[in-house]
Amino acid sequence: MTATYAYWLPLVSTGVVGLAVAMYVVLDGFDLGIGILFPYFPQEIERDQMMNSVAPFWDGNETWLVLGGVWLLVAFPLAYSIITPALYVPLIAMLLALVFRGVAFEFRWVAKPHHRKWDIAFAAGSTVAAFAQGTMVGGLLNGFRVEAGQFAGGPLDWLTPFSVMCGVGLVVGYALIGACWLAMKTSGGVEKQARRFAKPLLLALSAFIVLISIWTPLQFERVAARWFSEGHLLYLSPVPLITAALVVSCWRGLNGRHPTVAFNAAVGLFVISFVGLAISTLPYLAPPSITLWDAAASPKSQTFMLVGTTVLVPFVLGYTVFVYHTFRGKIQPGEGYH
Amino acid sequence: MDPHALLLARIQFGFTISVHIIFPAFSIGSSAFVATLLVLWRRTGSDHYHRIARFWTKIFAVSFAMGVVSGIPLSYELGTNWSRYSLATGNVIGPLIGYEVLTAFFLESTFLGIMLFGWTRVPPWLHVTSAVLVALGTMISGFWILAANSWMQTPAGHIVQNGIAIPVDWFRVIFNPSFPYRFTHMMTAAYLTTSVVVLAAGARYVLQGKFPEEARTMLRMGVGMVAILGPAQLFFGDQHGLNTLEHQPAKIAAMEGHWENTGPAALVLFGIPDQEGERNRAEIAIPRLGGLILKHDLNGRYAGLKDFPKADRPPVLPVFFAFRIMAGIGVLLILLGLTGAFLWSRGKLFTTRWYLQAATYSWPIGFIAILAGWITTETGRQPYVAYGITRTENALSPVGLATVATSLVAFVLVYTVVFSVGIYYIRRLVLGGPKPAPVPEALPNRPLSLGAQE
Repeated sequence: MTATYAYWLPLVSTGVVGLAVAMYVVLDGFDLGIGILFPYFPQEIERDQMMNSVAPFWDGNETWLVLGGVWLLVAFPLAYSIITPALYVPLIAMLLALVFRGVAFEFRWVAKPHHRKWDIAFAAGSTVAAFAQGTMVGGLLNGFRVEAGQFAGGPLDWLTPFSVMCGVGLVVGYALIGACWLAMKTSGGVEKQARRFAKPLLLALSAFIVLISIWTPLQFERVAARWFSEGHLLYLSPVPLITAALVVSCWRGLNGRHPTVAFNAAVGLFVISFVGLAISTLPYLAPPSITLWDAAASPKSQTFMLVGTTVLVPFVLGYTVFVYHTFRGKIQPGEGYH
Repeated sequence: MDPHALLLARIQFGFTISVHIIFPAFSIGSSAFVATLLVLWRRTGSDHYHRIARFWTKIFAVSFAMGVVSGIPLSYELGTNWSRYSLATGNVIGPLIGYEVLTAFFLESTFLGIMLFGWTRVPPWLHVTSAVLVALGTMISGFWILAANSWMQTPAGHIVQNGIAIPVDWFRVIFNPSFPYRFTHMMTAAYLTTSVVVLAAGARYVLQGKFPEEARTMLRMGVGMVAILGPAQLFFGDQHGLNTLEHQPAKIAAMEGHWENTGPAALVLFGIPDQEGERNRAEIAIPRLGGLILKHDLNGRYAGLKDFPKADRPPVLPVFFAFRIMAGIGVLLILLGLTGAFLWSRGKLFTTRWYLQAATYSWPIGFIAILAGWITTETGRQPYVAYGITRTENALSPVGLATVATSLVAFVLVYTVVFSVGIYYIRRLVLGGPKPAPVPEALPNRPLSLGAQE
């Protein structure tokens, strides 16, 4: 194990954790978005259609959340053992919300015609889970008080105006990606309604992206230094430019006949925002003190995990694409309703 | 460290993992059952296999969803409540869970989509293959998580540096001394428990005279499986016990309520272990039988609880009773299977009402045995969380009492409501029984939710 290996390995692991989290945010993003939008589609037939559009996928989508969490534990046990107690409250809230959201996929059909409570569970579970995830992003950027390698803050340290704003922002973002999914995967009234919702959601998300981009460098010196020190802005200027282009592309897609373009642009917005966050916060995994090198596991553990990931993730991606391909195309109203 | 927070955190993990294990145990068994039925359907062309498969797929789907949502919190509780455990063992345990996600979770959750919604969307061979892959996924999942758990019981293939376990030899980490025994014992338990549920459902329909063809197939398959797996489990359990005696002798002493190693070991049939007084109250014991069972020798002796420092003994009472509940149910299941097989051989399986009635009520006992078995092995591992490496009292996160208490209340409330309702729905599905399958051509070529197809 050379010093170079010890230097590069945690960087690669960070990339893998980032990839898993990004996959999760995009894939479960539209599932959760559909739940967030559920209250605005009052008819049972519409809700059936919405749920059926993600029913074959949600479980696989949620698995990326487990992969992200487990990779963090594998590659960075120290970061895992600081971040999880620090974000205890939103983490537990998210997990319990996901319980309601997840069982609703099956319970709602079994309970019919008494399924209203599971409609509520699905909508509330999705919304709370999204909000909690947003506050965790905010809490992570805020940083944690660490003493002697342990979290030393209070249970509500994560709760700040900034983290609440991140929570609302993520709810809006998931709602947008969910609306674009519905525009792409459904037809009839649901598609129309989804297109109507998507535009104000896109504007609201853009506003949140601007707000966060202004707020973070003002509040966190390390973020300002990263983006605005000499020369950095030039290298990093593609990030805001690509973001703007994606907003325009999403808007156009919603106007035109190609909702797939709008959906892809919404996915792109999530990815670029994620890249932006990574630029702001790396190399810190548990800011402001623990870097990815401080937190790294033994090289033996990371290597073992990396070998498995390299071999297996292509298969996972392969059969994920296969399942999406199997259930391609639009869902008509009344389908799945016998 | 706050001892009350520690206690509540232990209750929280015990509660959430106990609720959880019910569903994967049933998912492992029912996915294999459905896959078997679909393969039989393809090979025989007999439609009633298809109808039974569709029926159990619905039940499997509801159970699987509950398994997924109750499982994800566990992987995060390791951090929220047990961050110092994660720090001490994460280098070893982490990759094992990671491989579970990569080789099993993605496989089962992705092909589940095709298994549940692909009845009319993909060619039959592909649908059957998906069901087989889901069943395989649940098995692989069992492989990794039992490897991780077994390593906590009998750690191997690692060194400890500054209190942190570092892997040295992955093969020895995975195939640690108790893993082959625990894996065989638990997987058999999952298949056995599910077979009892199938047997009970079949018996119910036969008694009611409903779904005659499907009911008889379920009953025959259930009886056949229980008659084979019940006695097999006795053998696997015995082997697992001998392995535990070798590697965790204090646990065996607690299971047997065995305090003193002063002569040929007796078998304690009943007693009330008294941790402080270091003896059993109201003990009924058979001389020499303990030695025969654990040493396969009438003069056999093994270490008693008094051979271990007080601080290193597990709590004897729960281990002692949980073990007896598990073993007692094991005997009942052997009787259930062998009696059914005997009646079957005499051509009386479908007409012996007392047997069918008893079988109808047998559906939950396998689950109770699984829970009792896990309480035996996990409580018997105390006072360590990772045997010989980290004590449970040193594994807690730096979290306050109020935080742990609040989350415990939230978990108990949510789980009680959600999973009771889920079990109620499963019961209703079982009582409803299999329905004639819809003609495939009548269904639109679109994804459907499973429950909605009826």
